[in-house]
Amino acid sequence: MVLFTIAEPGQGRARQVIKRKRAAGIDLGTTNSLIAIAKDGKAEVIADVHGQRLLPSVVQYRAGGSRTVGIDAMSPLPGATIISSSKRLLGRGLADIQHQLPYVLQDAAKGGMVNIDTATGPVSPVQVAADILQALVERATTQAGGELDGVVITVPAYFDEPQRQATRAAARIAGLNVLRLLNEPTAAAVAYGLDQQLQGTIVIYDLGGGTFDVSLMRLHKGVFEVLAIGGDSALGGDDIDRAIADWMQKSSGSSGMPVEDYRQLLQQARAAKHALTTVTTTTVRIGAWQAEFTRSTLHELMDSYIETTLKACRRVLRDAGLAAADVTDVVLVGGSTRTPRVQQKVQEFFGRAPLCSINPDEVVALGAALQADVLVGNKYGDAALLLDVMPLSLGVETMGGLMEKIIPRNSTIPVSRAQEFTTYKDGQTAMSFSVFQGERELVSDCRSLAHFELRGIPPMVAGAARIKVSFQVDADGLLEVQAEEMTSGIKSSTVVKPSFGLVEHDILDMIKASIESAAADKALRTLRERQVEAQRHIESLKAALQQDGESLLSVDEKHKLEQVMQELTVAAAGADAVLIERLTETLNNQSRDFAGRRMDAGIKTALAGRRLDALGEKP
Amino acid sequence: MAILLTENAAKHVASQMAARGKGVGIRVGVTTTGCSGMAYVLEFVDELNTEDKVFANHGINVIVDPKSLLYLDGTEMDFVKTGLNEGFEFHNPNVKGECGCGESFTV
Repeated sequence: MVLFTIAEPGQGRARQVIKRKRAAGIDLGTTNSLIAIAKDGKAEVIADVHGQRLLPSVVQYRAGGSRTVGIDAMSPLPGATIISSSKRLLGRGLADIQHQLPYVLQDAAKGGMVNIDTATGPVSPVQVAADILQALVERATTQAGGELDGVVITVPAYFDEPQRQATRAAARIAGLNVLRLLNEPTAAAVAYGLDQQLQGTIVIYDLGGGTFDVSLMRLHKGVFEVLAIGGDSALGGDDIDRAIADWMQKSSGSSGMPVEDYRQLLQQARAAKHALTTVTTTTVRIGAWQAEFTRSTLHELMDSYIETTLKACRRVLRDAGLAAADVTDVVLVGGSTRTPRVQQKVQEFFGRAPLCSINPDEVVALGAALQADVLVGNKYGDAALLLDVMPLSLGVETMGGLMEKIIPRNSTIPVSRAQEFTTYKDGQTAMSFSVFQGERELVSDCRSLAHFELRGIPPMVAGAARIKVSFQVDADGLLEVQAEEMTSGIKSSTVVKPSFGLVEHDILDMIKASIESAAADKALRTLRERQVEAQRHIESLKAALQQDGESLLSVDEKHKLEQVMQELTVAAAGADAVLIERLTETLNNQSRDFAGRRMDAGIKTALAGRRLDALGEKP
Repeated sequence: MAILLTENAAKHVASQMAARGKGVGIRVGVTTTGCSGMAYVLEFVDELNTEDKVFANHGINVIVDPKSLLYLDGTEMDFVKTGLNEGFEFHNPNVKGECGCGESFTV
């Protein structure tokens, strides 16, 4: 029995039962997509009317404009076009796509996203994603009752800005309110963290149909902190299917298949791969040709792909300064982790049995549903707070075109760092700042993000001004760079979106290149530093010669200095760091006497000044 | 047509009104909400509306709007203590069904 208290006027009426908001988590996968809904901290995947939980990310477009999504779309009708694995095309240009696809692409307007040739005309990958989303939402409304107030859609950790925008656009077309895009491995961590109160340092190994992500996360008191991320956005079960299909083509001696036959070959390859999860050999055939496909052949075909994933694991551990032994748990995500070979290799690498207690196909959607429930306002217990990381270092260009990193790669955001710089020339009143992103030592190998100037620096001798450059990245990944001259307080700043325009394989390439070219970069950096140093000496000697060269040096002495200076100028334009250093040293030694005389002359002038003053007092 | 207050309820209303320091009485009403159709409204009254009906009980003015009165006629409001909880309780002869918690009802 409920008991009442007397409320203030007007407030008793305001009491209403608050309607529970409905939010779903969507795993928009390369091969399969899922939708899940959470209630009171428990998430559940929503099945379709036939009880199917996975929706194949396949859309069939027919002449006349009709379309089907999912399993029904997989059986080809004459004249129809079947689109699969189109997630890889989201936010991509034709130049980004190198692998063979079972359908034809058209390049869109300059710099735009590709379109896919279909029976209904060109279709954008965004439209394909929207069709898949719509099919998922239909499940949620018909099977789990009612409209959705919002969704959380998961994306690979390496998805860049255009790819994330394309995902959001697809959701908009499908009429969905996107609460947040969540990284897939993070969603998996949410699912495990909240369901099982897992604590410690965990690795999320996510090998899906088309993408591989590895995330190193720390779970502590319900807070997930991403320590490091890595992976390969163009590696997954599809590659293994393709490797099997290619092996079949090669073994059978057939080549140059029509698109439709190749698509069927891929399906057969996938079926064979799945069969080998439970049996040790299976039969494959192309036309009249047939052969035994064994586990050991499969292992030969897929081991190089697994090795690539383990390399990424190694890199992520190194980034976080951890060893495999520090990892308390490994979580397997993605259908490809069902393959016994993958589980075996991962176990060998981390020295522990990986976790797979939650269905690896569903774990991401379940985590997303839990986050969606929190974000839409249905709080249960402690809401999880997620921290993100910067994928690449941020810095400014310094003299000589060098990259001075201010915020290192994999820093958790929000983050704020500052560093002091100074002027290069006497009386310098302005400084220009170029903001770069990348791992290389020279800015020419990094990506330029922004450019701004700081003007009105009070004239001072070179090196006397103190300019504080601060970098601040907020929770949305927005970077603000500010430069402030500390003695005068003058300021200048700019705001940039660091991830904008970076295609994720660029990020990977940039990181890879920085490792491969570390030694060469270091040598280049040394050279540039010597060049800048030499230039600085030449500049100051030139200024001194202009001022006192005639009065303090003999013609011969002046000529000698100018000769060394000339030699150094030539050397500084070259690439011999040792020669530049030697000549800089020579110039230094030979001008020491001149510098001494200048100092004496300065003192004499000062003393003479005083004598004049003293004289001046007499009359 | 009447709304009744038990003596005990009137005593508690009086002391709460005294503590509040102002007001002409208490409003009892219904609003359409809850899981079973209607819910009670119970609040202090500082100003009367023109269509309000006022019932005096043990020196307390119980104020009801005419629409609510249709659903509340004959209701007795009591003050009860059950375990750690105490508060007002409605005995409404019009009620045909209540939701599990008793917060809402149907007539």
